[in-house]
Amino acid sequence: MRTPPHAEKLITPAMLALGLVLATVPLWITGIGLYPYLGVEILIWSIYALAFNLLLGTAGLPSFGHGAYFGVGAYAFGLTQLNVAPSLWLCLAAALLAGGIAGALVAVFISHRRGIYYAFMTIAFGQIFWFVAIKSHSITGGEDGLLKIARLPADLGLVTFNLASNTALFYFVLLVFMLVVIGLWRLTNSPFGRVLNAIRQSETRAAHLGYPVRLYKIAVFTISAALSGLAGGLFAMAQNSAFPDVMSLHQSGLVVMMVLVGGGLVSFWGPVIGVVVYLIARDVIGAVTSAWMLWFGLLFIAIVLFRPEGIAGAVQAWWKEFDVRALRLRSRGVLNQPVRD
Amino acid sequence: MAVLEASGIHVRFGQRVVLEDISFSVQAGELHGIMGPNGAGKTTFFNVLTGRVRPSRGRVHLDGKDVTSLPSHAIAALGIARSFQLMTLFDEFTVQENVEVALPEFRARGFDARRAAAGNEAFESAAMSVLAQVGLAEKAHFVAKDLSYGERRALEIAVALAQRPRVLCLDEPTSGLGSDGTARLADLIARLKGKLAIVAIEHDMEFLFHIADQVSVVHWGQVIARGTPSELKANPWVQRSNLGRLQ
Repeated sequence: MRTPPHAEKLITPAMLALGLVLATVPLWITGIGLYPYLGVEILIWSIYALAFNLLLGTAGLPSFGHGAYFGVGAYAFGLTQLNVAPSLWLCLAAALLAGGIAGALVAVFISHRRGIYYAFMTIAFGQIFWFVAIKSHSITGGEDGLLKIARLPADLGLVTFNLASNTALFYFVLLVFMLVVIGLWRLTNSPFGRVLNAIRQSETRAAHLGYPVRLYKIAVFTISAALSGLAGGLFAMAQNSAFPDVMSLHQSGLVVMMVLVGGGLVSFWGPVIGVVVYLIARDVIGAVTSAWMLWFGLLFIAIVLFRPEGIAGAVQAWWKEFDVRALRLRSRGVLNQPVRD
Repeated sequence: MAVLEASGIHVRFGQRVVLEDISFSVQAGELHGIMGPNGAGKTTFFNVLTGRVRPSRGRVHLDGKDVTSLPSHAIAALGIARSFQLMTLFDEFTVQENVEVALPEFRARGFDARRAAAGNEAFESAAMSVLAQVGLAEKAHFVAKDLSYGERRALEIAVALAQRPRVLCLDEPTSGLGSDGTARLADLIARLKGKLAIVAIEHDMEFLFHIADQVSVVHWGQVIARGTPSELKANPWVQRSNLGRLQ
């Protein structure tokens, strides 16, 4: 990813605009034939996809078993609520922490690897988590799932908000989403983010500039897994349960597909675009035909073939055509072409 | 005292001996050239100096400190910078971003995720002064990928200089440059000389003999001759084997 405009800002115009549009969603979502819970789902998956893309888009690390950390977060949220204390903050902290710890453990074992070996190790570890979740029936409920997870109220000391309704939950998740967006925007545009970007472009070069590449890879994997765990915790709360299927290879593949379709490799916002397109397509095409995955799969193939930079990449290319500033820069580039050596 | 000293370096890849008992040292302010035919082991020797390849025998000392078993990033942080034969710039970064990320002060803040990297005046001014040295200041905001070949070579050197190294290792800096570019590079290196120790692998004899204080001729993994450029020109054995092209 190239440095985007407003990289140095904490809050960008795009963030504000997105936040404002999202805040109005509950007002019109039923009007266009969709339902409020879809908004909650989109926001939770967006947090997950943004966390995933910190690895893939920024650091260039392919993790194909990322559902594991989402699932670990979901179980941590549920188990903390059922066995420790039914406090929203405690449960969310547990989800974040559990995802982070699981991620750090895996990262220590795989971060000296590159490319295809790295990718395969992420799958292998993802499968281990999935398998353990299915088999430890007494803790996770196995394939029956962990049920009766409540939508806990948000206790702010002076006031308490009940999050039982989909609309209330939507606004709470929107708040978490905006905080994650602000945090990740800052992180990807910080010195740390620049180093991750450098590692993606050339690990060898980064090492020869004095950066302990392995340590950076462990750090970014841990952060990504922690935020995936947070998303998992919110998901458990939203659907009042936690199931092992989110940890399966197939579900781990979904987030990869969403991020690629959206254009996570070229844009910070790519993952969010991908999630919105995927989940709305699921509902709209799914209402017409049960073979909707076939159509989405074809769309995925078309994008990989013709627009590998995804939807965000297509929009960027289109925007560039009309961007006067870019035109001017380009013409100046032509005039400044050096005399051949 | 020598800034960088390698003694008795052996490297074997399986059955093949690539380097056999190479010893070498470079003083501060000196330029030590390394030449020899393709496959002589020159780049492998660089890889040993910069921690990419661990020698089967022999030690490397930087400022008297044994750095032989250290990983590349630790050696780089101690002050050995290198350019690559096949240029490995960060293509998606701008020229300025490429240089900034190489600065020691940037590296010191490498785990800082709370502040923005862009718009930092300290990084910017340090990067611009390095770019001015290599004549790339006007291209600071160009994406590295869009530079011409000669400019990429210059950026490669800027990135190495930004590390403020004690020793600068240049792997075939003139390769692919025309006579004009080579002349400009010789100027640049002449200006740098004296400020730090430079080790340069080079095929272009004329260039190397013009800028080097000492030259080691490497063949079959061994140093077969060493001396000042004038000594080497006078050495009949070297003349016959290697320097036929030089009048």
